[in-house]
Formats: sequence, C-alpha cells, structure tokens
Amino acid sequence: MNFNESPIWTLISTFGLMSLFAVGGANAAIPEMHRIAVDVQHWMTDKQFADVYAISQLSPGPNVLIVTLIGYAVAGVAGALAATLAMCVPTAMLAYWVSRLMTRSSHSRWPALIQASLVPLSIGLMGASGLVLALTSDRTWTAAFVTAAVAVLAFATRLNPLWLLLAGGLLGFAGVIG
Amino acid sequence: MPPDSPPVAIAAPELPISAPPGLFALFSAFAKMSLSGFGGVLVFARRGIVDQHRWMTAEEFNETFALCHFLPGPNVVNLSVVFGSRFRGVPGSIAAFAGLVGPPVVVVTILAVLYARFGEIDALRRTLSGVSCAAVGLLIAVVFRMMMPLIKKRDVVGVVVMAAVFTAIGVLRLPLPAVLLVAMPLSVAITFVMRRRGAA
Repeated sequence: MNFNESPIWTLISTFGLMSLFAVGGANAAIPEMHRIAVDVQHWMTDKQFADVYAISQLSPGPNVLIVTLIGYAVAGVAGALAATLAMCVPTAMLAYWVSRLMTRSSHSRWPALIQASLVPLSIGLMGASGLVLALTSDRTWTAAFVTAAVAVLAFATRLNPLWLLLAGGLLGFAGVIG
Repeated sequence: MPPDSPPVAIAAPELPISAPPGLFALFSAFAKMSLSGFGGVLVFARRGIVDQHRWMTAEEFNETFALCHFLPGPNVVNLSVVFGSRFRGVPGSIAAFAGLVGPPVVVVTILAVLYARFGEIDALRRTLSGVSCAAVGLLIAVVFRMMMPLIKKRDVVGVVVMAAVFTAIGVLRLPLPAVLLVAMPLSVAITFVMRRRGAA
C-alpha cells in the first residue's frame, strides 16, 4: 500500500494542518473544509456538504464534529476517528503547552494584544463560513428567505436554536423549500 | 479518594470552589455537558463547571476560556484539555477530552451510517435541506452578534481586517493557511501600532 495515497493519511494531514489554522474554532474553518472536501479532493458534492453541516448541527456536542462526518464519508469509521483526532489533538497539545507556560510566567500584555487582533480575523472567517454555506444550501429564493428569517430571529430573540433547526426541517419536509 | 463522593465542604454555599474532580468525574461531567450541547457546548460547559460543580469561579472560567479562544482549533476542545490538566495533569486532560468528544462522536457516527444508507430518500433529503438552511441562518446571526462590539467601538481597523479576511476566504476562496500567514502578523502589527499611538 502506498502510504502517501491512503485516504486516511490524507485526512490526517489535511485536518491536522487545518487544526492549527482554525482561528475562531471549527465553524471558522468551514470555507477551508468546503474548499478541500468539495473542490480539491472531490470527497463529496455541494449538496452532501450542506447535508453534513446540517447533521453536525442537529447532533449534540462540539461544532468540530462536522469533521467526523467528512471523515466517515471518505473512509468509514476509521476515517471518522482519524479526521476527528487530527482536528483536535495538535491544537489540544498546543493549548496544554501554552496554558502551562502562561501559568508560570506573569501576565504580559502580549496575550491581550494578540487576542484583540485575532477577534476581527475570526469574525471575518465565520462570516465567510456563512457565505459559503449559504451558497451551498440556499439554491432557491424560498431557501434564502428561510435562512434570512432564521438569522433575524436568532439575532433578535433568545429562542432555543434547536427549535429553529426543527422548524427548518419541517418546512423542508413539507416541500416548501424545494 | 473516590472521585464521585461529594466533598462535605461544599455544603456551605459561601465556599465558591469544591474539591478538585477525579478522572472519572472529569470524564462524566464533560460527557454530560457535551451531550446536552446542541448548537455549541460552551454555555453548558460554563453552567456545569461554574454553577453546578463549582470547580472554578466565573472569573477563572473566563480567563481559561479567553486563552482557549485565542488559540487555534475547536475552542471547547482546548478548554477541556486545559481544564483537565489544571486538576489532574495529562491524564486529566485526556479524561476531559475523551468525555467531551467520545460520546458525541459515537452519536454522530451512527447518524453518518444512517445518512449513508438512507440519505437518498427524498423526504429525508428535503428535511435536511430545510435544516441546513436554518443552520446557516443561525451561523449568520452569531456572526452579526460578534460584529456588534466592533461596530459600537467604531473599530475601523478591526472592521477592515474582518472585511479583508471575509473577501479573501469567502469570495476569492483562497487557502486558509496562506491568508492567515499574511493576515495574522499584519493584524497584530497594526493593533500594536494603533495602541502605542493611542497611549502616546
């Protein structure tokens, strides 16, 4: 078996690298996941990517689980585990190491400065995620309208997000979204 | 010490911090938070760690989370590792991480199997399309909530950096590592210069 062509190895190297660049969490890395899974590696179609995002939002647990689903689509259960661990372990080790370092050293102004400059960056990344996902999910005007309505409701009220997801699912089931 | 035995000291409500959790307590607490966390675990993590178990004060929690937020990667995963290691070292961080990620991975893998088998059924396809439309709306709402402080502060530099990253990744679809390798040092440098000017 050629080590370099094994899909498991591709998953590990892809998500291991992405883990270290996912400033702002897993949701900020969605455009990069889409770029690699749909455009570069052709692991899934646009529609499947949108489905996978929907499933990851429907299930409990951290947002990073979308990676588990991509891994499963590529290489079954082994792929799911490989992708999940690759996305979590490098940054978890970094977090462990940095937190050790920070408790030992006195508080410098660097962490606050870096944090302040990374916040707009991660908002820009999340915004890009919203755009990419809207382009993959909203292929009709009604679909775009549902997305906009949910965005307004979620922004303006404290409604439990799960209800909005279920409402979207019902509208889809009823065939309204098309 | 059996990890689940409730320490007598926390009976008094004025004591904010209870005894440090054992490995099994770490695992099961994070598993519970994770499995109740629909649409993000952070809220449940705060409730569990600060309010329910009193393992940290709200302030300690905020400091720990701030650290995990500016590091790359899934924030709550980072939080579980840092939190677990504070109490039980490396085994603690592994226990907390396994609790956070293990059970939901099992759930989501079962969903993946079902999707692979039944994903072509038309009713399911339509339903999932509806859910993903709504899920995108939720994400957009989060982005606008996060943007509000920048706009209220009239942080021009922040808004420009945000717009530039949005365009590079969302519109031009450039690779993430390349964009960040340019944007991160630039953003830090600009923020540094602006603050020095503000201080002078």
